Amino acid sequence: MKPEEVKHHVKIYLNVFVALLFLTVVTVGISYIDIGVGPGIALGLLVASVKGSLVACYFMHLLDEKKTILWTLFATVISFMILIFVPLSSMISNAGY
Amino acid sequence: MEIPYGVKERPDTGLNNAKLGIWLFLASEVMLFGGLFSAYIFLRTGVDDWPMGSKYLDVKMATLNTLFLITSSVTMVMSWASLKLNDFKKFKLYAGSTLLLACGFLVIKYFEYSSKFSHSYYPSTDNFLGIYFTMTGLHVIHVIGGIAVIAFLLFPGAKMWETDPERFTSRIEVTGLYWHFVDLVWIFLFPVLYLL
Repeated sequence: MKPEEVKHHVKIYLNVFVALLFLTVVTVGISYIDIGVGPGIALGLLVASVKGSLVACYFMHLLDEKKTILWTLFATVISFMILIFVPLSSMISNAGY
Repeated sequence: MEIPYGVKERPDTGLNNAKLGIWLFLASEVMLFGGLFSAYIFLRTGVDDWPMGSKYLDVKMATLNTLFLITSSVTMVMSWASLKLNDFKKFKLYAGSTLLLACGFLVIKYFEYSSKFSHSYYPSTDNFLGIYFTMTGLHVIHVIGGIAVIAFLLFPGAKMWETDPERFTSRIEVTGLYWHFVDLVWIFLFPVLYLL
């Protein structure tokens, strides 16, 4: 990365930092709003996902990363989703859906 | 003998080995924490009443810890950018700040755990505290690991900047990737355990 590009990235890092601070306030704020357990969890996880994406895309430079890494992470995400859906599927089957 | 492709990119992967290595490690880490998140969902959906995190836990302290980790992620990436701009003094400043913020996270965690133990809240008390201590405990171990590596690169390991600046910058980049992952895990642990 050339020095000019690094300087441009530094500005982006600071903007992302401000966005992360704002989203942290939003995350805490959501917990004080009474919208029910289900919607509360969905909204909380949505905000956390946006924050996580900002960290991964900009601080970890995933947007500029090579395909080898992106495919490795794609396989990881698929495996992770399977792990998460195993308990959810047992819940659905127990509920008799 | 020098290990090949530590800094230079391999022609077949288009990456240097350090970067590919850390990403493969982080992929395995996703599965490690993924197993625990899966266990959390299993425990939570298996009961009718799951306690709100705020019943046991201190949300203010955890919010402060979130701010510490987010700020430390920024200072970490800024330390790498400083090396790219050939400014070693700023690197020291940013990496030192990262180290202090990480230590601050541990201090707050110490007070949090102490408070739980003083109220006789242990991992064996109930399922909520069991998964809370397991997930945050594993995360704390990762923070300690990060502190050890950053401290090494900031003090004795910093000599490499004089002899092989490119390799040193690569080491900081790889350490940064690990540290951002530690931050990323906390970004999910915070709402899941404390708020929802």
